[in-house]
Amino acid sequence: MTDKNAKKVPLLEVRDLHVEFHTRDGVAKAVNGVNYSVDSGETLAVLGESGSGKSVTAQAIMGILDMPPGKIPQGEILFRGEDMLKMSAEERRKIRGAKIAMIFQDALSSLNPVLSVGYQLGEMFRVHKGMSKKEAKAKAIELMDRVRIPAAKERVNDYPHQFSGGMRQRIMIAMALALEPDLIIADEPTTALDVTVQAQVMDLLAELQREYNMGLILITHDLGVVADVADKIAVMYAGRIVETAPVHELYKRPAHPYSRGLLDSIPRLDQKGQELYAIKGLPPNLLNIPAGCAFNPRCPMAQDTCRTDVPVLHQVTERDGDVLAGRGSACHFWKETIHG
Amino acid sequence: MAETGKKDEAVGEATPHVTEVVSSDASTTAEVEAVLDAPVERGEPILQVRNLVKHFPLNQGILFKRQVGAVKAVDDISFDLYQGETLGIVGESGCGKSTVARLLMTLETATSGEVFYKGEDITKLSGRALKAVRRNIQMVFQDPYTSLNPRMTVGDIIGEPFEIHPEVAPKGDRRKRVQELLDVVGLNPEYVNRYPHQFSGGQRQRIGIARGLALNPEIIVCDEPVSALDVSVQAQVINLMGKLQDEFNLSYIFIAHDLSIVRHISDRVGVMYLGKMAEIGTDAQIYEHPTHPYTQALLSAVPVPDPEAREGRERIILTGDVPSPANPPSGCRFRTRCWKAQDKCAEELPVLAIPEVFKGKDTPAAHDSACHFAEEKRVVPAA
Amino acid sequence: MPEATEGTATLPAAEEQAVPKSQGRSDGAKPRSLWSDAWRDLRRNPLFVASAVLILLLLVMTAFPSLFTDASPRDGNLQGAFLKDPEYGKVFSAEWLGYDGQGRSIWARLVYGARASVIVGVVVTAAVTLFGGLVGMLAGYFGGWLDSLLSRLTDIFAGIPFLLGAMVVLTSFDVRSVWVVSAALVFLGWTQIARVMRGSVISCKQADYVVAAKALGAGTGRILLRHILPNAVAPVIVVATIALGGYISAEATLSYLGIGLADPVVSWGIDVSAGKDQLRNAPHVLLFPALMVSITVLAFIMLGDAVRNALDPKLR
Repeated sequence: MTDKNAKKVPLLEVRDLHVEFHTRDGVAKAVNGVNYSVDSGETLAVLGESGSGKSVTAQAIMGILDMPPGKIPQGEILFRGEDMLKMSAEERRKIRGAKIAMIFQDALSSLNPVLSVGYQLGEMFRVHKGMSKKEAKAKAIELMDRVRIPAAKERVNDYPHQFSGGMRQRIMIAMALALEPDLIIADEPTTALDVTVQAQVMDLLAELQREYNMGLILITHDLGVVADVADKIAVMYAGRIVETAPVHELYKRPAHPYSRGLLDSIPRLDQKGQELYAIKGLPPNLLNIPAGCAFNPRCPMAQDTCRTDVPVLHQVTERDGDVLAGRGSACHFWKETIHG
Repeated sequence: MAETGKKDEAVGEATPHVTEVVSSDASTTAEVEAVLDAPVERGEPILQVRNLVKHFPLNQGILFKRQVGAVKAVDDISFDLYQGETLGIVGESGCGKSTVARLLMTLETATSGEVFYKGEDITKLSGRALKAVRRNIQMVFQDPYTSLNPRMTVGDIIGEPFEIHPEVAPKGDRRKRVQELLDVVGLNPEYVNRYPHQFSGGQRQRIGIARGLALNPEIIVCDEPVSALDVSVQAQVINLMGKLQDEFNLSYIFIAHDLSIVRHISDRVGVMYLGKMAEIGTDAQIYEHPTHPYTQALLSAVPVPDPEAREGRERIILTGDVPSPANPPSGCRFRTRCWKAQDKCAEELPVLAIPEVFKGKDTPAAHDSACHFAEEKRVVPAA
Repeated sequence: MPEATEGTATLPAAEEQAVPKSQGRSDGAKPRSLWSDAWRDLRRNPLFVASAVLILLLLVMTAFPSLFTDASPRDGNLQGAFLKDPEYGKVFSAEWLGYDGQGRSIWARLVYGARASVIVGVVVTAAVTLFGGLVGMLAGYFGGWLDSLLSRLTDIFAGIPFLLGAMVVLTSFDVRSVWVVSAALVFLGWTQIARVMRGSVISCKQADYVVAAKALGAGTGRILLRHILPNAVAPVIVVATIALGGYISAEATLSYLGIGLADPVVSWGIDVSAGKDQLRNAPHVLLFPALMVSITVLAFIMLGDAVRNALDPKLR
């Protein structure tokens, strides 16, 4: 921190990323110029509905996108300042798992059903660190303890189907942590879990992140899940980021009509018996994204400009012009949205 | 308790019939063993579920099958449903809520217990009589992608109820009726010749609702009707269901795991855990005055999208997972995860009734709760 | 639980009904069943086009062999044409592919031989699909003891070695017409379809739309015919198409072994058998009928593959 001139390089930075899929019916533009960054010890929540491009972005970062049909025509993914898209397959493979790890929604299908959990956990150490079988197993038990799986020693030889959903997701977390990565990408990590288990798993994830000082990208469609653990939030719609904000501020004062609509459509106690606010219309068809602002057909504030000009991410300021740090809105009428 | 009383008034203002329920609770304290609160204002319930049980046998052996146990999916459940109301049923996966839906639809045969529709036990019906009852109880499914036959047009899907029950609509009328139904659920009536895969999830769910409405049923059982939909579309479908309820005087059984949506749409709510009803009462009683520790934990775990509203609240994080319904714990089902559990909980099955401590008290906490150590604990910020 | 992808061809929202219909996407504006989608796919698939053209040609040959040749397949000219070499320049003439050991035009025999192969293939496939499909559907839908009974029966028949079984059956017949050979193949061949149908029906009967139909009070017949059959039939069609080629080659094999069709019926299998004796000095006698069998079988397998790709929802 002493050298103020050295520009701090973020842990991960995505710059103007585009991803498209070539399908039978045409080109589906899944990601259309996404920018975001995460630092060590920071949690970025990426919020969006199905088809918003949130998971595709994550897959592009991990390098697990199916190509073809997927294609990255444009953009950079900088990990500690180096563009991973320009790396060789071998270099990327070394980063994957060791430096950047991923946790998926469906733990059961992400674990190999015919191998014991201990073997699969130990594999990370055998392959990446060249440990012996015995050492790897000891490490596996240690990890299972870490993610608070009861009786880890006895259960290390059990198979994935012998664990409950919550326990399996813990195993996935353990596996992601195995090589102490710098960044974890969690794609809907609690969506498949029950409410009472969701809280356990989310807390565990947040705690481990603090402990290891990792960067965490949390991808979700659930506004509630991210509120507790995220530092900042990026709302995606039709492959673009429409709003960025520190998490509390987004909930308090959304600056994009889409985020506001999402927040308003959650049932609130004082609205009981009334109609819920509903965003009209349907999520966009990625084969045929509306011109201008992709949200314009569903937006209550849309004007002619919205139908022709793609809005850039504006810096959001207070009424008197004070810059609100970390806040951006890709809406021509962000001022009207946030200041009413 | 003064505070609770005040809150209750506040709720009463917003929804008048809630106060009625509460006051009737207080007046019927003589019937201490009453399993369910039955407000006189509502008259006879349209559906009465009594001691409903569904055990799925676990068999072993290939040639000579012998039963080695049973999954106790639904284990002795009772509740009432009144005309025009919405009864929400919440619970986690494996709690038996979907089995309840299938039992009410007589898609499964109950192991024991009764379901009375207007006084008639539908679990014993078959053939023509069952078909007649089915006209009045319809269902909306969770997954709009699998609940519509991909080989049939929308017109055929919505028109099928009329083919099965020809007495509802004469042949020449059917196409018009189908188009009316499409209009009612907010779809373009010209879409009759299209196939389900040409529609989005929300639109398909509207088609499913139109099919459910076709026979003019009195009761619609909704099994997680919006959980497969995008957040921005969920509100549209919930609003539609609310509108249809008013329009056709429908009674809903609304099964879901999303507590905030259940609260929004329900008049009364039942909380299920491992095949049993843990607590049942009006939405205000359950959400603002829960007395069962499981309800409290469930409510406290609900992710609240407002980080400030959640700062003051207490979070109860349960340990462990839901036990297997094939081998549930003795006594109280919840005791293995309960922070209040004592020896009594393992030995004695708590009955679903107004807890002893609240009997005769004029408090919204006096509602049915199956806990030996029921006590009120507010976990959700008040309205 | 968010869906992986929204439907790619969704229609304009209800709320936007005011928008004139012409503004909707052109391909979304007309109804498209899965079958018509599959057909659209097939037409663009060169594999399908090639196999369909071949099969069409074969069918025309079966119906109107005289369109392809003036020569008779049975008139032999031992003096002038014994094992005569092909004259490739005279395309489609009697001399084109040469003459066999009895001085008969090989081209004419290929053309007339198509009839036996196609009839056996089509008849066996149709019968097997109907019978096997019925057994599979009943076993899959009703389950329980009926399933146990039918499945064991299927296992027993599937356990009989196909060729050996056909030989045993056919040797007990004095006259082995196209129909007798077909019956023998049906007798032994229905199990494959029955198994595919059973599995397909079992997965369909758990689908929500079947539950929904039951909840409406639909009877068994309606559920089977309107809901289960249309959804379960796709894999059966694929298997049956591929199997059709197999039945044609089975007929040829049996005829070659001398226990299938016999003279005076014209069959490729018989010709291959006859040609084997002159393989060294007149390979064309064996080569062309064998080639014909291969091309035909290949055409049906390619067709089956193309149909599978068009119907498989995972690939769309």
